[in-house]
Amino acid sequence: MSFVMDPQPIEPGIVLTEEQKRRRRSRSIAIAVALFVFVVLIFAVTLVKGPGVLVRPL
Amino acid sequence: MSLSGQRAGIAAPLTDGVSYAEPSMAGAGDYLALMKPRVMSLVVFTALAGLVVAPGPMHPVLAFFALVCIAVGAGAAGALNMWYDADIDAVMSRTSDRPVPAGRIRPGEALAFGLVLAGFSVVFLGLMINVLAAGLLAFTIFFYGVIYTMWLKRSTPQNIVIGGAAGAFPPMIGWAAATGGIGLESCLLFLIIFFWTPPHFWALSLYRCDDYFRANIPMLPVAPVGVAPWLLGTAGLVYGCIAMLGGAVMVVLALQLYRAPKGASEPVAKRLFGISIVYLFVLFAALLFERALGLAQFGLPFGRVVA
Repeated sequence: MSFVMDPQPIEPGIVLTEEQKRRRRSRSIAIAVALFVFVVLIFAVTLVKGPGVLVRPL
Repeated sequence: MSLSGQRAGIAAPLTDGVSYAEPSMAGAGDYLALMKPRVMSLVVFTALAGLVVAPGPMHPVLAFFALVCIAVGAGAAGALNMWYDADIDAVMSRTSDRPVPAGRIRPGEALAFGLVLAGFSVVFLGLMINVLAAGLLAFTIFFYGVIYTMWLKRSTPQNIVIGGAAGAFPPMIGWAAATGGIGLESCLLFLIIFFWTPPHFWALSLYRCDDYFRANIPMLPVAPVGVAPWLLGTAGLVYGCIAMLGGAVMVVLALQLYRAPKGASEPVAKRLFGISIVYLFVLFAALLFERALGLAQFGLPFGRVVA
């Protein structure tokens, strides 16, 4: 005698529309660009200030 | 979710029963719109003038970094303003399509976006440039987001007179970023924008509102304050001539508006609004070009006496 497990029903969850996918992609690209610009800016400022990067006047 | 917590005395929103899309329908452009890019561009321009006019050299990379921080700080203030003013924006046709009242961005998301940007801009301006500039930027964001948006805007018709200080700080922040201090000259740049703001926005409200009241337009202070940088030797002859001419035009237009019969003031108000934008832009552009061309040396020598 064997038990046959019923396959678990697969719930579709939240299905994004094409427009929602497009907007999510635009948000992701914007975050990536902002992060890249942020890293480049900090790197450039660090190069300019050199070892005294944390030395700053009041 | 709908726009809840409608405050007393505010008309019903134009978009009936705002619902927020789940999952989010916000695009990158909506978050950019939260930062009020047109206001940001004016902030960057005036802050650049403060940076350039300030005495002493500043490395271009550091100057650019300071400008980015100031721009992001201004964007943060804009996002916080849009978060708090969503109920007001929803009832005005000009603003009802902004991301929060239109339902593309939740109020909480706008608040978080504004707070994160404010934190980053202030902390990194302080770490990489100087603490005074960072402190001024933090105060400006606080002034615009809390003093103006949350308090003055809804409680007094004089909101723009006092609240205009928030828009007047950027050249002072630029000056502080370059020098590490606050000079008399940076206070003058502050005062130019401070006195420019009321006539500019009142002219806008005069032709935007149906039931307007004849405001006492404080036009006289902006004309002499605009000339002051030349009188004190901070700016040159070109700036001085532009400031006198522009100030005279503004005074004439303000008087025309004051004397215009009721119902016929809209064209004059539109002209004053348009000219006021050009006036401020040309004034600060003259400061920049004088520095670039080395013409600032033709300023009057009173500045040396004052110093």
